[in-house]
Amino acid sequence: MFKQVLVISLVAAGLSLSGCAGKSKKKTNTGAASGSSSGLSGYGAADGGVNGTGLDGGADGMAGAGGMGGVGGAGVDLASKRVIYFEYDSSSITAEGQTIVAAWGKYLAANPSARVRLEGNADERGTREYNVGLGENRGNAVQSALAAAGASGSQISVVSYGEERPAVPGHDESAYAQNRRVEIVQQ
Amino acid sequence: MFMKQLKVWLWTALILLPGIARADLEFTVSSNKTGAQPIAIVPFSSNEGLPTDVASVIEADLNRSGLFSTLPRGDMLERPDDPSRVDFRNWRAVNMENLVIGRLNREPGSDRISSRFYLLDVVRGEQLLAFDMPGVAPDQLRYLAHQIADIIFERLTGIRGIFNTKIAYVTSSGFGPQRSYQLVVSDADGFNPRVIASSKETLMSPSWSPDRKRLAYVGYERGRSGVYIHELATGQVRKLISEKGINGSPAWSPDGNRLVLTLSYETNPDIYLFNLQTGAKSRLTDHYGIDTEASFSPDGQSIVFTSDRGGQPQIYQMSVNGTNVKRLSFEGKQNLDASYSPDGKFLSLVNLDGGRYRIGILDLASGNLRVLSDGGLDESPSFAPNGAVIIYATQTKTGAELATVTTDGRVKQKIRQSGEVREPSWSPFVSK
Repeated sequence: MFKQVLVISLVAAGLSLSGCAGKSKKKTNTGAASGSSSGLSGYGAADGGVNGTGLDGGADGMAGAGGMGGVGGAGVDLASKRVIYFEYDSSSITAEGQTIVAAWGKYLAANPSARVRLEGNADERGTREYNVGLGENRGNAVQSALAAAGASGSQISVVSYGEERPAVPGHDESAYAQNRRVEIVQQ
Repeated sequence: MFMKQLKVWLWTALILLPGIARADLEFTVSSNKTGAQPIAIVPFSSNEGLPTDVASVIEADLNRSGLFSTLPRGDMLERPDDPSRVDFRNWRAVNMENLVIGRLNREPGSDRISSRFYLLDVVRGEQLLAFDMPGVAPDQLRYLAHQIADIIFERLTGIRGIFNTKIAYVTSSGFGPQRSYQLVVSDADGFNPRVIASSKETLMSPSWSPDRKRLAYVGYERGRSGVYIHELATGQVRKLISEKGINGSPAWSPDGNRLVLTLSYETNPDIYLFNLQTGAKSRLTDHYGIDTEASFSPDGQSIVFTSDRGGQPQIYQMSVNGTNVKRLSFEGKQNLDASYSPDGKFLSLVNLDGGRYRIGILDLASGNLRVLSDGGLDESPSFAPNGAVIIYATQTKTGAELATVTTDGRVKQKIRQSGEVREPSWSPFVSK
């Protein structure tokens, strides 16, 4: 089930990115235009209201979305590498996470008007409010790492969903490992 | 957008619900019945044609408590509605200890139904109590029955009944982009569920105000969390606070004037007091660990909270001004989400030991912890307002469900419902 979701989301991401370039300034509510609904969990589409406060018309956001592949450089496709996973009870960024952070840091440094929201998550073990705290720890860790990689603080916001938005259902170690994550959501 | 959605949902719910008495929650008492008091509830006379069978609601309440075993109607040898018509031999013959009889009365010139009921001691052959209940509209007969059940329960057990209380809980359905969340209030027996708030964004942590008129909860809007207050009578929602970072875990002060909550906008998650009249915030903890899940003592003098300042999350207590912090929990690997019993002598909490999260009750005087539940991921314990029962969320093979356990551990109930149900919160009593 997870693989299917991944494939469909990547296809959607590809479609939304290709549809982005050349679109008019008007931002719509679909989420697809901003690319925030792409990715593994697909929760971005539920955002309701218009994204991009402070990004008037979103032209820069569009250019950013369209140009993401190129700016990403170092062979990292930003659209598909926007989730950083964590070990149990940890907010330390692994080596694999560091690659993703480096690519996004570089992209954000090169596009000062680009914005991202970091969504921190935890697996379901433990209580819900405490897990909101754990999710925020992880989001903050990624924020610091992005700043160290060149992003400016004003480009990043952090929100924690605790255990409330699992990427995959399931109550085993494999599901938990996929739910302990920070998602980088383009604004 | 969230507010508009909220209002649409509320009106929809109000239109759909009047007159519908169905339960989305179904209770199964899973403890054995030895020690349960045998009692007969005779159908009340003049109940025909009314929307509620009063005696059967009383029966269901007493059975659900696990402390009573009611006589099936088919075994009743007579059906009196007045003590003068009771032959106690008929009830001793079927081993009853107590008997409830009653009659309903339609008030002339109005649609209101008044009633009189009697509780009789079969063994001694005498009347224990008689009540005249004030008139209610026909659609309120369920609540009349719950009140009668409460009176009987308290008279026979010495414990105040909780049949006329409410519970709030969160349900979610769907997954990924289809996921939606609802905040629901229902009667304590699961009847008359009413959707209070509905959103495609996360809803969590419902908390009843002491006067039972408002619910505080956590919601998210466009990637930001916030604490909201919902006025149950009017459906009005007020966003109390939505700072950068975490806005979570609201809990009311006993006087209803303040909320204690978790905010992280200054440094990291810490406990704050929020004055509902003035909007003023005051910071109670200032530690680099996660401080959250705060809860007021019934006397308003202390606050317990979860903190991982020592490494793993444990329960701490502090004065209401943030001083005198001391650790209270020492058993197992983690302890979280504590709240006081109504008499202030115990804490319900979540204890992690041997890889299992289970509900525990901590005796504050002795420091002794008793584990009450037996799941692997039990959470969100909430005391009933009589302090005798705890409702909590558990995971079973069929999904996320609610369950209750009496604080002596003897009576357990599983509550079956549709959808994923969690985060139960038991309402206070209607009035003192």
